[in-house]
Amino acid sequence: MTQRNLLEVRHISKSFPGVKALDDVSFSVKEGSVHVLCGENGAGKSTLMKIINGIYHPDGGETLIRGEKVRIDTPIRAGELGVSMIFQELNYTPEMSIEESLFAGRWPKTRFGRVDWKAIRERTLKLLAQENLPYDPETKLKDLSISNLQMLEILKAISRDADIIIMDEPTSSITNKEIEILFEKINDLRARGKAIVYISHKMDEIFRIADEISILRDGRVVETRPRDQFDIDQVIALMVGRALGQGYPKEEVARGDVVLDVEHFSGPSGFADVSFNVRKGEIVGFAGLVGAGRTEVMRALFGLDAHTGGTVQVHGKPVAIRNVQDSIRNGVVMLSEDRRRFGIVPVRDVKENVTLASMRQFFRKGRLHKAKERRKVEEICGRINVKMASIDVQVSTLSGGNQQKVVLSKWMLQDPDILILDEPTRGIDVGAKFEIYKLMTSLVKEGKSIIMVSSELPELIGMCDRMYVMAGGRITGEIDRADFSQETIMRYAMNIVRKAG
Amino acid sequence: MNNLMTREKWQTIKSRYSIYLVLIVMIIVCNLLNENFLSPRNISNISAQISVTTILAFGETILIIGGLLDLSCGSVLALAGVLSVYVFKETGSLSVAFAVGLLVGVLCNWVNGILVRRFNIPAFIATLAMMTVARGIALLFTKGQNIYQIGDYVWFGQGKIGFVPLPVVFMIIIGILTWYILGHTSFGRSLYAVGGNEEAARASGINVGRVKIGAYLINGAFVGLAGILLMARTNVGAPNSGQGYEFEALTAAIIGGTSFSGGLGTAGGTLAGAFIVGFLNNIMNLTGVDSYLQQVIKGAIIALAVGYDMWAKVNRTRKTLGAAKTSNERKEAKV
Repeated sequence: MTQRNLLEVRHISKSFPGVKALDDVSFSVKEGSVHVLCGENGAGKSTLMKIINGIYHPDGGETLIRGEKVRIDTPIRAGELGVSMIFQELNYTPEMSIEESLFAGRWPKTRFGRVDWKAIRERTLKLLAQENLPYDPETKLKDLSISNLQMLEILKAISRDADIIIMDEPTSSITNKEIEILFEKINDLRARGKAIVYISHKMDEIFRIADEISILRDGRVVETRPRDQFDIDQVIALMVGRALGQGYPKEEVARGDVVLDVEHFSGPSGFADVSFNVRKGEIVGFAGLVGAGRTEVMRALFGLDAHTGGTVQVHGKPVAIRNVQDSIRNGVVMLSEDRRRFGIVPVRDVKENVTLASMRQFFRKGRLHKAKERRKVEEICGRINVKMASIDVQVSTLSGGNQQKVVLSKWMLQDPDILILDEPTRGIDVGAKFEIYKLMTSLVKEGKSIIMVSSELPELIGMCDRMYVMAGGRITGEIDRADFSQETIMRYAMNIVRKAG
Repeated sequence: MNNLMTREKWQTIKSRYSIYLVLIVMIIVCNLLNENFLSPRNISNISAQISVTTILAFGETILIIGGLLDLSCGSVLALAGVLSVYVFKETGSLSVAFAVGLLVGVLCNWVNGILVRRFNIPAFIATLAMMTVARGIALLFTKGQNIYQIGDYVWFGQGKIGFVPLPVVFMIIIGILTWYILGHTSFGRSLYAVGGNEEAARASGINVGRVKIGAYLINGAFVGLAGILLMARTNVGAPNSGQGYEFEALTAAIIGGTSFSGGLGTAGGTLAGAFIVGFLNNIMNLTGVDSYLQQVIKGAIIALAVGYDMWAKVNRTRKTLGAAKTSNERKEAKV
């Protein structure tokens, strides 16, 4: 049987302020096949899918569905064309029931314009039976697990007769058992002639599910081949465009005494019995899957969330951390993964954002020492190369990478001993990433210590001296730089998931 | 790059000082409409008229910057005023009466602050409750009767320093104080941060709760003072006075560029906003505009002023974003 292309994009380009997200991308999916799109974070995968789903509009290029040229300007139009997208982060209305949500926005109506609940119930039951899913139509969405919600999204796509289904990292927050169920469903859809675009950067999954694999890097498709013409090493090499651990400005620094020692740390936000230490001049990584509890540990350690047990010692002295002020006093600061929410005050200028955590330096004897403030801020922003017209511009007008540098400047002004960096390079372009890596190296050379939480294994492998791996709220492994490998880390990261699932 | 810098600076200046431009244009137009407008006597009158609501507006400015609000200031003003007048009639001491007025304002707003901080009641609702309670207490205490014959108490409202009426002096002092607090203290900086992004402020080690309570306490002192001045100016301790003043104060703050989404606003802007409203009322009276029509015009001007402000800001952000993009593209082209 010759398979025809259900979906094809040709020469798509898209730019955002400061970054070229997609550059002349061509890509197609055949009916009855799974096409995996993989690449590092920021390679352009999600942007491409958002274009196909009508959320973004391309700067150039064309889209063909079933061989016909189409213009997709809204997600509604995409739906009409048979394209259905299942997002990485599911948005849903918790109080809706399964049947309400299945037909949301297109509830069948009676002659008098009332919603025809009987028809909805009938169709829902039929659909559930047909897909072999044991759900009660009246169950509220808030009572469903993430994987069940995903399944519901797939059901929605089927009920809409979608034959192009896009899944954006669907396994990022579900257990292994649930992954099996999802894969069964995908095999089933493939057998029924649907075209599936599957976005992921997890190697084991990719090789299990793919018919074809395309690799995106820095906004370009660097390679497309059938699965059997690829092996894992090739894919990884193409994804990162260099051998792992290379291309990072890493310098080994002599490690000193233990500066931070955390024992049996537990908290209500979902982590227990976490013990680790950090030495002077060391970059310690925290790896793990999404939801492993890494951010939660760091937030509690920084005093943003409560903890219920365990001890923390800084420079060998036990400290009590009740709030952020305590933590800063002990020389511990944290760069949050959610820059917009916890990092910047967007409506204020760069200067005020940078001095926010160290105002005591500039407000003395009841007055503001303006000249000193300007000098210090300019000095520190210059050092880490924040690109801006002046320190008086609103932070909201800067690009993501520069906003991140502003938050970093804020903490460097504090002159802390220990920096917790939670996803420090998320959502920023390659150039800015490199500058942040360089800054990390120069900080540890000054004798500071860094805890780096990241979901990008290459950067952890490239930058860290030692790494802890977390899963299910616990530390499952500790690895030294000499033993770093993607496989070892992933094994630790999934270990507990299997037990829990 | 140089070109970009100057353009950006010009944009910042334009959006930062546009309100003063409006004020100057207004003075010129009013002066053309009526030659008496700029007479020292008229200006002095207008200043005295707006003094009480402008002091309230400074309090509202501080609160709105911090993402808060006070709907109770009109009522608390009345309560502080009548209690202060009562204490004066009992003790005969101006200083004790003055202290009582301030204290009542501060106490009521301490409660506002506690409701907002400890019980997480939205500021709108907490101060709405205080608005009713404070008015009720004022009426209960006076049994709904005005307190007349307040004697020397009127000095607060009718006294002069040189040729400047005392309420205007107080208004200027409170204005300078607000300017100083906002721009020159770490409390002011913290306030802008809390209003601009509360979670980021907390994650930067700012004690958000203390900042919010502090903002209410300062507002309380301003409201208490406004109560004393109003009673003294009108020569009566009136438990029903000050109704709707909270909206006059909010109007001045908002016209002055204080952003309801928090994190933006200045003392100078609020003063300009208060004068814009004051001039508008005055010129409409001088030129004999129908008093019902006056309300329509005032409302329309508020919508226009805020609409322009929002438009200018959105426009500015877009322009700078566009500029950032082109500079990046240039950089890429070089590479």
